[in-house]
Amino acid sequence: MTNPVLTIANLSKRFGGVTAVSDINLEVMPKETIAIIGPNGAGKTTFYNMVSGRMQPTEGTITLDGKDITGLPPHKISRLGVSRSFQINNIFPEMTVQENVEVVLSAYHGHSRKLFNIASRNTEIQNEAVEFLKRLGIDSLKAQRAEVISYGDKRLLEIAMVLATQPKLVLLDEPTAGMTPDETRRTTQLIKQLAGSGDYTFMITEHDMDVVFNLADRILVMHRGEKLFAGTPEEVKNHPEVRVAYLGEEDDEAVEEANP
Amino acid sequence: MKTKVLMAILAVVIAGLIAVPWIASYFYVFIFTEILILGLFAASFNLIFGYTGMLSFGHAAFFGIGAYATALVLIHLEWPFLVCLLVSMGASALLALMIGFLSVRLNEVYFAMLTLAFGMMVFAIAYQWRSVTNGSDGLAGFTLGSFGLGLDLTLANPSVYYHVVLGIVAIAAIVLYLICRSSFGMILKAIRQNPERVSFAGLNVRTYRLVAFVIAGTFAGLAGGLIAPFLRVASPELLHWSMSAEPILMAILGGTGFFLGPFIGSAAFVLLETWITTYTESWMLVLGIILAMMVIFFRKGLLGTAIDWWMEVKK
Repeated sequence: MTNPVLTIANLSKRFGGVTAVSDINLEVMPKETIAIIGPNGAGKTTFYNMVSGRMQPTEGTITLDGKDITGLPPHKISRLGVSRSFQINNIFPEMTVQENVEVVLSAYHGHSRKLFNIASRNTEIQNEAVEFLKRLGIDSLKAQRAEVISYGDKRLLEIAMVLATQPKLVLLDEPTAGMTPDETRRTTQLIKQLAGSGDYTFMITEHDMDVVFNLADRILVMHRGEKLFAGTPEEVKNHPEVRVAYLGEEDDEAVEEANP
Repeated sequence: MKTKVLMAILAVVIAGLIAVPWIASYFYVFIFTEILILGLFAASFNLIFGYTGMLSFGHAAFFGIGAYATALVLIHLEWPFLVCLLVSMGASALLALMIGFLSVRLNEVYFAMLTLAFGMMVFAIAYQWRSVTNGSDGLAGFTLGSFGLGLDLTLANPSVYYHVVLGIVAIAAIVLYLICRSSFGMILKAIRQNPERVSFAGLNVRTYRLVAFVIAGTFAGLAGGLIAPFLRVASPELLHWSMSAEPILMAILGGTGFFLGPFIGSAAFVLLETWITTYTESWMLVLGIILAMMVIFFRKGLLGTAIDWWMEVKK
């Protein structure tokens, strides 16, 4: 029997009197892709922020591979194997695309503590960086300054940086948000390939239901901070309450999500 | 091709610097000694400012403590100059570790204010602890003995002292340059651009900021150790918060994005001050206008603008 990569137990987050996430329980098995959906303000990003260490939970525990990581700072959680992307692009704008990945790789390999090597001559890291760029299909952009590449390519670059930490669990926060339909198709295809390779366990939030149903093995539906339903894409599609939650999306702003 | 031309220019500049005592008057030997020392002070500051993105308003604390350390050792222990400099670096490293430990956890304006506050405290201590620091008069009346390493150098001779300063600043600059080009230096640049992404790559940003702060403080202390025998005094002005503004101005004037920018800025600063004060008392007004122009029109500083212009012309 395989053990879950991630176990979430009774996780809650309150901001003053407002409950953003309430009593979430979840197990993520190795190599599966789990999607978290819900209307704006459902608590998805707050949930991510707790799993990745950006926020401290008010209650509950987060266990990664049997190790309690509740409330650890982001750099420690990243070291232990959780890596995430953000809703807004979060890259190093003045570096080249390749250097962006090199930074993450030298952090991962412990080169970042070396004061007297010459970073630009580290061919091992450079080759590895190009490998990750190839996986995302953006290796042709490697010499470009990261701030000048297209929005969609920036998002792919961020995914390359997330994968470069060799994570046990990859959190993607709305990976296709703001993309053109073409870029969305390309990105969905790429994530599907990466998931299919069996190297990664993904947790994805997404507003685009086509993307969700295309990628997810399992879906957790959140509503006003609570778990509304969890099941396979088929079950979710046919669940009456889920449909109501989505139809009622407009007047459902009780809880504002924290800033991404 | 372009790098070859740049290397050639650099070689000419270095040869010119070595030749200063033979081709220029004593007056300019003093001027260039000051340029080199303040250039190192500004370059050490730029490691945290231009590379890591930390605007410290208290960098003079490390410069001043370095000057006092060398002066105290020369007065009380009469150790060789090289040992004095090591003591200066050690003292400023220790001070930087203490101030940095308490400051690097804060960002931007809070970090700037905290470093300013600590800088003022160090100034107040130097100003008031008369038994050790001789208060507002500062420490004077020390003489340089031997250099160390068995080298027979007449340090009291301004030309010899200039060459000693040139050699030490060159070595320090090479070490700083290597740090900037290392993987560690790359992480510092990454922290300036996006600290959050660095921490999500698994690094404790605070630790990296602290290490950079201590390295910068240590080299500022070395510059301070060089300035005390040059001025023949270690006085509280060296620790004053207005002294912390000088490396900021020099780095911006020369260009924060280039390793040699602060040295160019130091040269421009000292030479302009020398030339302009012979014509007018209001040197600060002229400096203010120049700096405003730099920030508005030439954001990359003198060196950055020159390199950009040259790349355009040579296309």
